[in-house]
Amino acid sequence: MRLRLVPRLKPSPVALYGAPVLAIALTVTFGFFLFLGIGRDPWAALYAYFIAPVNSAFGLSEWLLAALPLALIGLGLAVGFRANIWNIGAEGQLVLGAIGGGAVALALWREDVPGTFVLVCVAGALAGMAWAAIPALLRTKFNANEILTSLMLIYVADQLLGWLVHGALRNPQGFGFPESRLFSPEAVMPLLWPGTRLHIGWLALPVAALAVWFLMNHMVAGFRLRVGGDAANAATYAGFSRSRMVWLSFLLTGGLAGLVGAMEVAGPVGQLLPKISPGYGFAAIIVAFLGRLNPVGVVLAAHLLALILIGGENVQMLGVPVAVAQLFQGVLLVTLLASDVLVRYRVVRVGRLGERARG
Amino acid sequence: MTPRRTSIFLAAALGLGLAGPAAADDPLKIGFVYSSLIGDAGWTFQHDLGRLMLEEEFGDRVETAYVESIDGGADAERVIRQFASQDFGLIFGTSFNHMNPMARVAAQFPDIAFEHATGYTQDTNLAIYHTRAYESRYLVGMVAGLMGDSLGVVASYPIPEVLRGINAMTLGARSVNPDFTTRVVWISSWFDPGLERTAADALLDQGVDVLAHFTDSPAVVQAAEDREKYVVALGDMAQYGENAHLTALVYNWGPYYVERARMVLDGTWETANTWEGISADMMTIAPYNDSVPQDVRDAVDAKMEEIRSGAFHPFQGPLVAQDGTEKVADGELPDDGMLLSMDFYVEGVEGSLP
Repeated sequence: MRLRLVPRLKPSPVALYGAPVLAIALTVTFGFFLFLGIGRDPWAALYAYFIAPVNSAFGLSEWLLAALPLALIGLGLAVGFRANIWNIGAEGQLVLGAIGGGAVALALWREDVPGTFVLVCVAGALAGMAWAAIPALLRTKFNANEILTSLMLIYVADQLLGWLVHGALRNPQGFGFPESRLFSPEAVMPLLWPGTRLHIGWLALPVAALAVWFLMNHMVAGFRLRVGGDAANAATYAGFSRSRMVWLSFLLTGGLAGLVGAMEVAGPVGQLLPKISPGYGFAAIIVAFLGRLNPVGVVLAAHLLALILIGGENVQMLGVPVAVAQLFQGVLLVTLLASDVLVRYRVVRVGRLGERARG
Repeated sequence: MTPRRTSIFLAAALGLGLAGPAAADDPLKIGFVYSSLIGDAGWTFQHDLGRLMLEEEFGDRVETAYVESIDGGADAERVIRQFASQDFGLIFGTSFNHMNPMARVAAQFPDIAFEHATGYTQDTNLAIYHTRAYESRYLVGMVAGLMGDSLGVVASYPIPEVLRGINAMTLGARSVNPDFTTRVVWISSWFDPGLERTAADALLDQGVDVLAHFTDSPAVVQAAEDREKYVVALGDMAQYGENAHLTALVYNWGPYYVERARMVLDGTWETANTWEGISADMMTIAPYNDSVPQDVRDAVDAKMEEIRSGAFHPFQGPLVAQDGTEKVADGELPDDGMLLSMDFYVEGVEGSLP
């Protein structure tokens, strides 16, 4: 007896919701023996991974805070990816957002301008859009591969931030360390949940998720993007402008990534540092695909990734090496993506007879 | 209600899980936040040696834990707070980027002792500690000056700590070899083996004899070994450079960690600003390579004793900057303020500050 995968005509609704459950069950089983194998209490480790991060009000707030950048950027990326437009440089657009927002915050340092944080967010989003406009322009005017241009602009953005925090934006009272002043209170994101670090920027998440859903499902522009991704030739034949799709998806993602950058520096970080993001722009690519390029899926995927990020820190406190924590995260992602195959394919048994018949 | 009591009350009311006073027989939980992987050599590795010394010294009376690769951004505050809310009584942040996050958490957990390496923000429950690494840098610079004619430095960020190190090595080398010169390549990272190697190769291509580094991986040592040049390393990396590794500056955090943990156990811990070097055994240098001749060893060992006794200061006057301005007059000692905010190259370093 052998097993064969047969494509389904329609995605199975059971598999659609069952596959992630199966993947998590497999990962937990694997993790149980993994932690047992390295001599740690597997229950304590699994608890630290999945429960401890969210079993207190503070933990919950940190979870939402960590998922916010991943979800916002992932939403933007999902739009472009749906149309096969590959913005890999969200990390750089995030950095530019941090620079733009940070520059405004520092320019208005101790100027007592109420609501400075709004200007910070707007400046961040615009800076991110401006950075995303470069690969969009190169794509539409010169047909340059946007994967390469957007990716390489990440490194340019990193250097630009480094140059600024070593120079023009460096804290004059900071003993020469490469970091800006701490922002004035007016420039800091007000808290949504007092006593935690969760700020009102979180409100952008439901708004963005709804907006992306509406764009993709109820607007002509979204329809064009989907046709552009599913059947590029048909889109061309229908007269849909590829350039407009590129511009729309790059500006949207750049704006969201820039907003994230500004909200990170004006939120939990509170100043400009040489390194702002632990790689949100890259992780958001995983989030977009894990969420099947669907707004609800992206938001869920962002929260899953944030949970295992925080869980990975927690198990280290139990003496689990960081390599094992990352291995466990990798297994979770692989089983999740692999279980996707069950959504689109059926597993059927193939007996000897069938094999001979084919032979 | 005193401000201190108010904040305890607030923290408890907000469900932050503030640590209650631990029972006397519970072990003291000590947390470490590391900016890079521990690996088997380098900055974080040397902090981890200190952690292991703590465990050895106190046995069952302490429990230690660490989280690796926490560098900048929003993660540091979450990890430090997670330690604080899990009844850790003493928390060490080992990288400059942990300073502001640690200061914010410390303000909310007034009963927990926080310790931050390399920063400048102090609080009633946040102590700062650092080593006078420039003392050991001066000594390894002497070794470089006696074994070669030029130094290539793979440097991280142009902060005072790193500039002190570059200047001290150059001064040490020129004290024994007046025509010695130093070149610097900045890589804007504390840990990037690929970039470290590229920078080391570029310096060797320019003809330097000896390499030094401020970065965390053994890549620079391996470059020197492969190309049959010398290196003075950060942390004992002799295993990566059998022939190249002349010596290394060695941080010795263990005695400090033991002392601070003992204070917490005894209930005598209070905030402090510690900046000690060779005289307090917080800095030393690694064993010499077999190829280092006895007269070199004798000269360097003698200088080490002068530094230990206070008879010699690596930045004692006359100290002249690269542009010719006098920073410390002949016969005078530098003040710590100038050292802590050092923003110049001394004579003998080529190029300009980034």
